[in-house]
Amino acid sequence: MSSQLPILQVIIPLISAPLCLIISRPKLVWLFTLIASTISFIISIILIHQVMQSGTIIYSLGDWEAPIGIEYRIDYLNAYLLLIVTGISSIILLSAHTSITAELSHNKYVLFYVLFLLCLSGMLGIIATGDAFNVFVFLEIASLSSYSLIALGKDRRALTAALRYLLVGTLGATFILIGIGLMYMMTGTLNMHDLSERLPNLSESRTLIIAFSFFTVGVCLKLALFPLHWWLPNAYAYAPSVVSAFLAATATKVAIYILLRFIFTVFGIEFSFSILPLQKILLALGLVGILTASTIAIYQNNVKQLFAYSSISQIAYIILALGMNNSTGLVAALLHLFNHALMKGALFLALSAVMYRVGSTQLTDFSGLGKSMPWTMAAIVIGGLSLIGIPLTVGFISKWYMLIASLENNLWPVTVLILLGSILTGIYVWRIVETAYFTTNKTGLNHIKEAPFSLLLPTWLLILANLYFGINPRFTITITKLTAQSLGAMP
Amino acid sequence: MIPWDNEVSLQLTILMPLIATLAIRLATNIPNIRESITLVTSICLVVIIINLFHNYTKEVNVEVIWLEIMPGLTMSFSIEPLGLLFVLMASFLWLITNVYTIGYMRKSQEQHQTRFYQYFALTMACVMGIAFADNLFTLYIFYELLTLSTYPLVAHAGDDNAKSNARTYLSILLFTSIMFFLFAIIGTWLVSGSLYFTPGGLFHQTLSPSASVKPIISILLLFFIFGIGKAAIFPFHRWLPAAMIAPTPVSALLHAVAVVKGGVFTILKVCIYIFGTESINNLPATQALLYLAGVSVFFASLIAMYQDNLKKRLAYSTISQLGYITIGALLANSSSIIGAVMHMVIHAFGKITLFFCAGAILIMTKKTLISEMRGIGRQMPITMAAFFIASLSIIGLPPTAGIWSKWFLLHGTIQAEQWLLMGILSISSLMNVFYLLPISISAFYSQSHHNHINSTSLEAPLPVLIAICICASACVILFLFPQPLYLLASAIISTTS
Repeated sequence: MSSQLPILQVIIPLISAPLCLIISRPKLVWLFTLIASTISFIISIILIHQVMQSGTIIYSLGDWEAPIGIEYRIDYLNAYLLLIVTGISSIILLSAHTSITAELSHNKYVLFYVLFLLCLSGMLGIIATGDAFNVFVFLEIASLSSYSLIALGKDRRALTAALRYLLVGTLGATFILIGIGLMYMMTGTLNMHDLSERLPNLSESRTLIIAFSFFTVGVCLKLALFPLHWWLPNAYAYAPSVVSAFLAATATKVAIYILLRFIFTVFGIEFSFSILPLQKILLALGLVGILTASTIAIYQNNVKQLFAYSSISQIAYIILALGMNNSTGLVAALLHLFNHALMKGALFLALSAVMYRVGSTQLTDFSGLGKSMPWTMAAIVIGGLSLIGIPLTVGFISKWYMLIASLENNLWPVTVLILLGSILTGIYVWRIVETAYFTTNKTGLNHIKEAPFSLLLPTWLLILANLYFGINPRFTITITKLTAQSLGAMP
Repeated sequence: MIPWDNEVSLQLTILMPLIATLAIRLATNIPNIRESITLVTSICLVVIIINLFHNYTKEVNVEVIWLEIMPGLTMSFSIEPLGLLFVLMASFLWLITNVYTIGYMRKSQEQHQTRFYQYFALTMACVMGIAFADNLFTLYIFYELLTLSTYPLVAHAGDDNAKSNARTYLSILLFTSIMFFLFAIIGTWLVSGSLYFTPGGLFHQTLSPSASVKPIISILLLFFIFGIGKAAIFPFHRWLPAAMIAPTPVSALLHAVAVVKGGVFTILKVCIYIFGTESINNLPATQALLYLAGVSVFFASLIAMYQDNLKKRLAYSTISQLGYITIGALLANSSSIIGAVMHMVIHAFGKITLFFCAGAILIMTKKTLISEMRGIGRQMPITMAAFFIASLSIIGLPPTAGIWSKWFLLHGTIQAEQWLLMGILSISSLMNVFYLLPISISAFYSQSHHNHINSTSLEAPLPVLIAICICASACVILFLFPQPLYLLASAIISTTS
């Protein structure tokens, strides 16, 4: 049984999805989904434990050996990402039932859970698989279900947002497919491990450079790297709150995983950073992304949109850290993957609580919420502080590593710009705080009560995680250092 | 005196105000209980700190570690003379301010009093954390928390004006602390591999053999001085006048004592325990920064002369006086350090008295402009007498304590042969005379514009008067008995060498 874990991880949510249709009672479906996600979470804990104990796990699907069959390979990076995605999805699902009853029409409840599970299994598949084409297949599963999830939003603009995401996502997927196709053409294999052995011999080839470019641009569309970000703000803003929380915390992380996996494992650091000028590109795009997206975030009047832009800038931080091209930078990027998932998960869940009680996330509707929804707003404040990178929150840990990484490379202008980014973050977080605590409500919505426990519980679980891993980051630092080592970034 | 040991006392100084914050929250809308909690906490705090002071010896190292975030990056506290002096001053003045506040807030019938007391207690917890911090990281955390927890106090009035001023306050302090202070901390970490406050400084060994790292360390010093925005060095001083929008007790305790003194305290800490007095003198940046502080001293005094709003004038005066302390810290010879440390305390007593008086005038007569205060001495003789004494102390004239600290500071400039700075300090003191003394003199001797105002007593409520008198007499007492202060200040010098 325990040797089947890598596939069970993906299969359980995948099979649970159609089963939801059979159960069809909303509350039961919710419980069922929650259980399925939690089982995946438990499996991922066992997996990471196994990886730490005995190294990379190799699993051949259907006992067909690698070149013919599909291989699942779980090393530190996969195990770490699986943990993030399943953990976040389980916590977010805790709030799903309450949240969607307020935001979706009755006949769409079951559909929501089906799509949610499909999306989850797609993401887990991307992470677990060791086969390049399989990545594409699961990417499509995850993407198609997330387009539909976004389209479930009550606001009619959700439809256009979903359509835009669909067009961009399809474009990205096509690019990725072209990239994979070219690689297959040159090497005759789709197995990542084999690819990584055969590609270095071809590093002179122009085809490989084209494959790399197509692939990277495709992934960057998916992860909303500035300036390929324009699909994201509306998609997050008009999707149902739970979906925004889930996608913000996990979807972009999975895209970054693909990037990491291909840059470091498949193409190899040598090719990516020495032969191609990837470092400069990532640094430049990262910096521009951080500053531009943060500045745009300051001018947003819808808090969901504000945090969507904030996500774009935080993704740019991760890319920037990658661009440092040293082990500290890679550790910083990996830390921020985890930490940003915690922050944004918590913040979007808190927004779902606001949506539940107030029915809107316009900034003006936040006035006076500090008093009427103290727990929710406290969560937003702590999440916001974490976003800025105030000590004792997870944000500080990843910022610290980023700053050290930039100074180790003697890139002190980058250091200054990272700090400037923190200040911009401070400004947009502060706008919310000021409205919530220091503006009295003029519209007479004094009957607003604190959000129900089922929404507060997951929000605060994530907030406490923000604090816990900010105070005691031993686990995350150990695992990210091991991951960085396994990716071969240690000089 | 107290049955537990010093480690416990040390943690209690931080925890007690925190607990008070929660307790005050629970006592919402029950003013008497709420204010008793504040008073009792501040009394206990003073007792504990005095006890710490009695038990303090150089030999016994009192150290508490709360968290270890990364190896070498801990949240830990320890006791050393400078911090001890700072908390003695801050906790005593908190107690006095509490007495004053109760009279002030009730008389002026402010809104949101619970929030006010709550955050007031919270700021004190942060101040204690700053004072006892064992390393830059811990200090930085409490420094930022102090900024954040002061914001609600500055924005207390809640109108647009208060909010925009509070925004200025917050943005300048956060900007400098993130852009420069944090940068300098990380730089220190990379250059020296440690953030702990060490007698003699961290850069001592790095600096002595080779001069190649000198420019880097110079930049770090530059970033520290700019980054510690709470010390209000030009050009990052504008938050202090902006913060004057807050209720007077806040201006008095926080913007004459806790926050700004937290700033210069941090500068002193950095100069003495991170750079070390020897290294500072070897850095090329020091001279430039000394002149910058001189500019700050001179121009703040100049601007103060043209302010008609009493609190604004006092604020600019504070900026100027903070410059004195920064100069003392940067000169880094024994007299200048002793002078800076003593000035930190003595200026606190003088300035808090002045603010208390300004507040008393405000709640009794609703007057904020100096030009309206002619003849006010006849209605408020005790208040204005206290104002006079405190003015003398700020200027540095006997029989008030101000003379001691200015004496040492001037001696420090002579010792360092900084003649220009000596000139600036003397001229600025002369300007103090011009912008402080006329206020109390015209209050007593010139006729009011409104002659019909009779000279019935308008003295403030008793708690307010008591607080004013205690602080004013402290200015005189410290003149007569400066020895304990001097001894503690010189203990700092002896630990470093």
